[in-house]
Amino acid sequence: MAFLKRSKSAPQGRRVPGLVASFLHVDAAVDAIRALRAKGYRNLVVYTPAPNHEIEEALEHRVSPVRLFTLIGGLTGCTAGFAMTIWMSYDWPLLVGGKPIAAIPPYVVIGFELTILMGALSTVAAVALFSVLMGKRGVPYDPRFSDDAIGIFVPTTTDQLGPIEQLLLSAGAAEVRHETA
Amino acid sequence: MAVVAQPHDPSDGHAITQTHAEVTRDVVATLGPPSRGYLLLLAAAVSLFLIGILTFLMLIKDGLGHAGYNPPIFWSVYITTFVFWVGIGHAGTLISAILFLFRSPWRTAVYRSTEAMTVFAVMTAGLFPIIHIGRQWIFYWLLPYPNQRYLWPNFKSPLIWDVFAISTYLTVSTTFLVFGLIPDVAAVRDKVSGWRKMIYSWSSVGWQGTDNQWRHYSRAYLYLAALATPLVLSVHSVVSWDFAVSIVPGWHGTIFAPYFVAGAIYSGIGMVLTLIIPLRRALKIEHMINSYHFDNLAKLTLLTGSILFYAYAMEYFVAWYSGNIFEQTTFYRRAFGPMWWAGWTMIICNAFVSQLLWFRKIRTNLTALFVISIFINIGMWFERYVIIVSSLSNDYIPWAWGQLNPTWADWGILAGSFGWFGMWFLLFAKTFPIVAIQEIKEMIPMPRRRGGHG
Repeated sequence: MAFLKRSKSAPQGRRVPGLVASFLHVDAAVDAIRALRAKGYRNLVVYTPAPNHEIEEALEHRVSPVRLFTLIGGLTGCTAGFAMTIWMSYDWPLLVGGKPIAAIPPYVVIGFELTILMGALSTVAAVALFSVLMGKRGVPYDPRFSDDAIGIFVPTTTDQLGPIEQLLLSAGAAEVRHETA
Repeated sequence: MAVVAQPHDPSDGHAITQTHAEVTRDVVATLGPPSRGYLLLLAAAVSLFLIGILTFLMLIKDGLGHAGYNPPIFWSVYITTFVFWVGIGHAGTLISAILFLFRSPWRTAVYRSTEAMTVFAVMTAGLFPIIHIGRQWIFYWLLPYPNQRYLWPNFKSPLIWDVFAISTYLTVSTTFLVFGLIPDVAAVRDKVSGWRKMIYSWSSVGWQGTDNQWRHYSRAYLYLAALATPLVLSVHSVVSWDFAVSIVPGWHGTIFAPYFVAGAIYSGIGMVLTLIIPLRRALKIEHMINSYHFDNLAKLTLLTGSILFYAYAMEYFVAWYSGNIFEQTTFYRRAFGPMWWAGWTMIICNAFVSQLLWFRKIRTNLTALFVISIFINIGMWFERYVIIVSSLSNDYIPWAWGQLNPTWADWGILAGSFGWFGMWFLLFAKTFPIVAIQEIKEMIPMPRRRGGHG
């Protein structure tokens, strides 16, 4: 089961030292996460091939702040849609039979479309911001984490390696690897 | 431990019996070297596209006179085909976004191919208003940008709503497709080697499937689906208002928005069936897209087809009940006028053929479904042809009536649009996972050490 190979994705010298374990059973991985968190290791990185509720619950994450960006983007789009159409109507007035120059009902369509457009784009921008730009760098990776294995990376220093390795193996890790800086 | 996924019962016919590793293996296998049949299909699509390009060059050189525009019919085959392709797109977003919010388990296996179909169909549709405007090189006049004449678009016109609706739809559905692809491209990256690994690594934008990435990703996916849901309903409503806001008899119906949305989804599922029935065999994914999915797709076709049946009946009823002679004449001539053949093609292919799907035997018979899907494609193209061309052909005074004679320029662009769409879809199917790896895996419980299953 020697599938843990060194990742080439992180450049040399910027690697975070620690232990990386792979699990083939979800309950084993959840046990390990709970045990590590009980011992005070809270900055774990857990890799899964697909989102998994049991692991999310074990990690006790707060709700992603992406939703705030969706809201702000949507409201910006809505405001921009109405502001643009109303301002442009007055900038070059089309006078039709005493009807209002800025007519709100038709502008609802533009306001609605821009709400969706800006809401969607800012949602994706938020994911890029939180997951890529602000994501942890230099953490190890293994190709099987996108296939069928769950990975747990524990950033730690050399004097703690022994007990953590024991904990991971007793929880049911298929393999544990030392990750040096 | 909180909620634990129940083990699948293999006897219920649609259980996913594969493991995570088998899902990755089978989907990555679809990206192998192309077969001869695939290359022949691609060559056919590119040839059709070239016919479209040549026709378009002739239109640029000489103008729209080549197309069969003839007073009083100045919206004809191009606008018909525009509405046809926009409609095709709607089934994809229904399946990928609306059924995601409703947590329909059967959508997972087919959603990627339908979402790709959406993007390419809207890409095709977007070309048609540009072809239709005549001086194609100044299409950007549609957009509100500061210019030396201090002019702005008239935002009270449904045509400008359409510009916003279609461009938003194209952007959001492309975003949704690309966003959904990221974890799957990462899974492919970890299975291939050489130059392919380089390209997939670059495309996966550093995806590692960490808890933090999934946390933001899953939330964002939910919000994208929630935004796409009202969008898909709005887009074809806006397209219908291109017609319904005018006062042309046969166009100004208040029923138009829901009528068009139902028709769009109906036509889109028709196209989904036409595409994935051969595709699943060519890519050897019959075990992933099986009769369970087709049965559900067919039920959706039956539902939307029945809504169309009702809408057709209601159009005729309202025309009669209105007591308006222009409205009555328009609808009489749809069934018994010079274009009776188009009117009946639409009614038979859409309202009547879809009723065959009440029978489970037909819903699960792929040959029958494929044939029905071809009828749907033809019927829905003719629906738009009938609505647009036949309504314009009989104006208020018989002196101004006229008929459309489509020319080689109309058919050339129509053929080109199928080539352009087919080319993109075929290229996509061999480049990216056509079945959503990560979403299928999410539905398969992971193995456990103690108790349960594994």
